[in-house]
Amino acid sequence: MKISDRLKRMSGSIRLRTPDIAPASVGRFLANTAVTSSTSGTESTSDAAASSTAETLDSPVLAVERLSRTYAGAERPAVDDVSFSIGRGECLGLVGESGCGKSTLARCLLRIEDADSGSIILGGQDIARLNGRKLRPHRRRIQIVFQNPTAALNPKLKVSDSLIDPYEQLGQDAKLTHFAYTSRDAYIRQLLEAVELPAELASRYPHELSGGQRQRVTIARAISIEPDVVVLDEPTASLDVISQGAVLDLLTNLRTSLGLSYLFISHDLAAVHRMSQRIMVMREGEIVDRFDAGDLFAEERHAYTKELISIF
Amino acid sequence: MKTISLRSPARPKSKKHSWQAIIAALFIVLVAAASLYTFMYLKHDPTLTDLRGRLQEGSTLHPLGTDHLGRDVLTRLLLGGIQTIGYSLLALSTALIIGIPFGLIAGYKRGWTDRIFMRIADGFLAFPDTIVAIVLSGLLGAGIGNLVLAIVIVKWVSYARLVRSTVLSESQKDYIRIARTNGLSDARIMTKHLLPHIAGHVLVLASLDLGKIILLISSLSYIGLGAQPPTPEWGAMLNDSRPYFQSRPELMVYPGLAIVSIVLLANMLGDYLRDRFDVKKEVQP
Repeated sequence: MKISDRLKRMSGSIRLRTPDIAPASVGRFLANTAVTSSTSGTESTSDAAASSTAETLDSPVLAVERLSRTYAGAERPAVDDVSFSIGRGECLGLVGESGCGKSTLARCLLRIEDADSGSIILGGQDIARLNGRKLRPHRRRIQIVFQNPTAALNPKLKVSDSLIDPYEQLGQDAKLTHFAYTSRDAYIRQLLEAVELPAELASRYPHELSGGQRQRVTIARAISIEPDVVVLDEPTASLDVISQGAVLDLLTNLRTSLGLSYLFISHDLAAVHRMSQRIMVMREGEIVDRFDAGDLFAEERHAYTKELISIF
Repeated sequence: MKTISLRSPARPKSKKHSWQAIIAALFIVLVAAASLYTFMYLKHDPTLTDLRGRLQEGSTLHPLGTDHLGRDVLTRLLLGGIQTIGYSLLALSTALIIGIPFGLIAGYKRGWTDRIFMRIADGFLAFPDTIVAIVLSGLLGAGIGNLVLAIVIVKWVSYARLVRSTVLSESQKDYIRIARTNGLSDARIMTKHLLPHIAGHVLVLASLDLGKIILLISSLSYIGLGAQPPTPEWGAMLNDSRPYFQSRPELMVYPGLAIVSIVLLANMLGDYLRDRFDVKKEVQP
């Protein structure tokens, strides 16, 4: 089956909801229908068909189909047949306890790790099997923010040198609409401003920044080339409570102002509920429950979801 | 009322070795300048023999006297500095040029590349430096060039291994993963993100090695495997003066003192750099 047909079928199930989102993007949301069609035929889809579907209004910015990943020597897969999609401007929450495969899923999406099977359709192109030079142009569309900002910033590089990486490598051909590049300094200043940091931090080293400031820098780097999707892998887990709230607010503001889509991964159900329009619950590599954020406390929730709720 | 400072006390800077480093650096610069000056404005030909004026005491013409062939000792001592330090630096930098990329690639690529690279390194590591120097001299003939080659063969492995171990631990960190998602090529990740991490470690090891290499060149020249006569070199001068130890002991004292002081200074500099670049000092909350 062609992607275009599949997407048409998917878009039939769209529901209008989530009043906190800009009206223009509401129509683009996908309901929590899992994409279950087989992956066969995905790779043979011609580029022309792929790019035409990318333009379709209702197409998701990211569609993951039957993604699996098993580590060598492990008894069960870390990520087991996971399918989901994210609409433009949407924040999809992913909850689960430590070791459930959330971070493995994130690394597979970013192609830091290779999935064993399944597809990752980003901007109409399956990037799960692309490598090297072919993968590079697609890297701009998806970026990640890790849990620990200290590890995510090179301690030997100044903030500005870390921030410029994505633009130098991926941003020069892209048309940036929010962060216009006139000069390196001006560009860095804009990025720091976007994450509410003073411009003078550009010449500092990471160890001269607080934890919250460091995480803001990694967020600025992730959004610097205006990706379609930002994977937020527990972005507030290593921050104190006050910084957590501020960073979550900042992320929400950036999503609406830049039109970003998030995959918000966390073990903190409260944070996920606050951030996301839709929520998926992951357990032992599988998605066991998926629902609209408003239906969190509904009766039909999976037993594991109820267990998670009871913990909070 | 006493005010309590909420700021944490400033990180204590290592003052212990800084004065040593300054002295060491100054002295090395001084020796280098003096050697260079002598080289450019030669008052005496360091290889010109004058048998009538041999074994002279110090005078205004020959401040440190003359050796057993009537050559000016000060000129030879200073030019020997160029030989010894220059060839040591040449050997060291060649070892770095080979060892750093080797270790970078092995540590970053891992897997089979790493295994093959490291087995090669282990092979080189199996030979002690003196043995390699002696064997090479036997095969290619004695001479300072072959000595440098022998030192490079032995020394590059330690740099490759040092670089590899640092790169192995660093390349598992999130910032390298992010660099990859940011589209940086492997070469760019190695030069921009990994090289700054190894620079400190390599500098420390190199400065500590410098003393050892100077000592090695001098000792192998002493037994005749390094610089060949009439080239002025400290180890060779030491050997030349051996028969005159009882009548003119200072002929052995001068080059000996030169070797000892330059090795000592190189080690002082190394100690300082080790403190300065100590990994533990980097703030890791």
